[in-house]
Amino acid sequence: MGVATPVLEIKNASITFGNFRAVKNVSTTVYENEVRFLIGPNGAGKTTLLDAICGKNKLSDGNIIYHNEGEEYDLQKIKENKIVNIGVGRKFQAPSVFTGLTIFENMELAVVRERDVFSSLRSRLKKREIEDIKHQLQFVGLYEMKDEYPTVLSHGQKQWLEIAMLCVSKPKLMLLDEPVAGMGRRETQRTAELLRIIQNNCTIIVVEHDMQFVKEVATLVTVLHDGELLCEGTMDEVSSNQQVIDVYLGRGGE
Amino acid sequence: MQIKDIQKEKRLSGKMKLALLIFIFLATAPLYMSSFRVTMLGKYMCFALIALGIDMIWGYTGILSLGHGVYFGLGAYCMAMHLKLEASDGALPDFMAWSAVEKLPAFWAPFQSSAFTLFSIVLIPVIFAAVIGSLTFLNRIKGVFFCILSQALAFALATFMIGRQEYFGGSNGLTNFTTLFGHAVNDPVTKTVLFYLTLISLIAAFALCMKIVNSRAGRVLVATRDAENRLRFTGYSPAVYKVFVYCLSAALAGIAGALYVPQVGIISPTDINIAPSTEMVIWVAVGGKSTLVGAILGALVVNFAKSLVSEQFPAVWQFFIGALFIAVILFFPAGLISIKDLPAKIRSFIKKRADTGEAEDKKQAGTNAKAKSDNGLFSNKKPVTVTSVKVSKGDGQ
Repeated sequence: MGVATPVLEIKNASITFGNFRAVKNVSTTVYENEVRFLIGPNGAGKTTLLDAICGKNKLSDGNIIYHNEGEEYDLQKIKENKIVNIGVGRKFQAPSVFTGLTIFENMELAVVRERDVFSSLRSRLKKREIEDIKHQLQFVGLYEMKDEYPTVLSHGQKQWLEIAMLCVSKPKLMLLDEPVAGMGRRETQRTAELLRIIQNNCTIIVVEHDMQFVKEVATLVTVLHDGELLCEGTMDEVSSNQQVIDVYLGRGGE
Repeated sequence: MQIKDIQKEKRLSGKMKLALLIFIFLATAPLYMSSFRVTMLGKYMCFALIALGIDMIWGYTGILSLGHGVYFGLGAYCMAMHLKLEASDGALPDFMAWSAVEKLPAFWAPFQSSAFTLFSIVLIPVIFAAVIGSLTFLNRIKGVFFCILSQALAFALATFMIGRQEYFGGSNGLTNFTTLFGHAVNDPVTKTVLFYLTLISLIAAFALCMKIVNSRAGRVLVATRDAENRLRFTGYSPAVYKVFVYCLSAALAGIAGALYVPQVGIISPTDINIAPSTEMVIWVAVGGKSTLVGAILGALVVNFAKSLVSEQFPAVWQFFIGALFIAVILFFPAGLISIKDLPAKIRSFIKKRADTGEAEDKKQAGTNAKAKSDNGLFSNKKPVTVTSVKVSKGDGQ
């Protein structure tokens, strides 16, 4: 990994909905090529934190700094679609793909760089972009089905397609919300393999409840509880922490 | 894969064939139809032009606008104001004199120029749509809220036009035109020229929409309809695309309005209110949305049926039209354009009937198929190696 460069710095982040404080004063730094897991019981504020990173909701206090190629960005001040364009990709919990477009066309929208109306009206795919799509679809095993509509895909395949769409847009930071929820063991293992490969070129933050999966892929784990940061460390460190066992792991990773 | 490609190709060319057929029918209509019918057809082509725009915004982008009468009206009134000034020949338009207006209002003056009028029939609807669209879509007003808002808009404009008797002729609208750019509107040659001008506009609009739909922008529109949030987090701004398609449909409606006025000879607030605005959506639904050619077909068929039935049964014709809508929705939810699938549907229905006896066999087949697809899922047995992967940040590094 060499000298660790930070990709994302969350500083004293708090998020409030009315009187409810969903995230309280959380600080952490995610480094390049890390696979960081956010775990914790339901309502701990994991997804809310992801939403704040990608601009879906706003911090009430603190800030989130994102580094890319020597530039620093205050993500609070940037619109959602602009955040994507500076290299932060987000996948939501429920698989969400464009069902009216073929799998290839889904990928096409993700691969292009110019995303304004006039470029979309004019430009055609470059050869390199078509190659990228091909590689990426082969990577998740969907190339053979590229001209089908995503309605024929299983739940797991839809998740993979969405991950492939993220990958092909070459983000620097990828935010995944429960990517293996609803997947069988074999699909989960396959997804773990995918993440390990994606990790080589990208930093990943994952919210997940599947502890087996966390063990397989995690570099570091951040445990949230009631909106607060409970502890942070490797999976071994975290799983031997008595507090974590009390509030979360001891209850079977609900 | 190959088969799928061919099917898709076939389906597309099927639509193109239908479009070609419709255009040939329209182009040759003056040869064998009475001039009364041809004038009607000219009016329907204007409606088809609106329907194309509605298909773009509703069929492809999933935004239901029940207020496109506004844009039709803006285009129509711009043209009507010019025609009115031509007809009054320097004097004050007749209805203004009746309302005791003494001087031509300032905003009427530019419409004396034909060039200004031609620009305004596109620009005024587009500017209006851009303002309304930006206010709504950028603030993420959508679905049923936009739907209600668009209706209110149509109602507001119609009410405004009715209330401003002295400027827009009130509920009578604008009528009694004599010439269009110096040519008598009742002259058969003018009428024929107008008819073909409308047809050319329709074909050009169809080609333009086809081009947009087949471009990546068209796919972004469909993506807006299917999963707007996903699109936003793929780096697109759905609101900007929505404003774009809203303006496009407004422009088409405006042009349609401008072509409508000299052919029909009148525009009044009744033509732009909620009822006609809603009807525009019905044409698209009946013809088949997200197909473009379906929108044209729907506008022509519904309006033709309306005229024919109302001539035959002046008292009860609306029931027939109602029945037509219900029948289409019940039997062809994808619109008239899906009628060609009817034989296949009937065949599969008969087959299903015949197959119920062999339910057991089918169940067996089902399990086999499932086992097969499971294999397919994990068919990529070879381990994925780092070298075979291109997730790289690539040139970004």
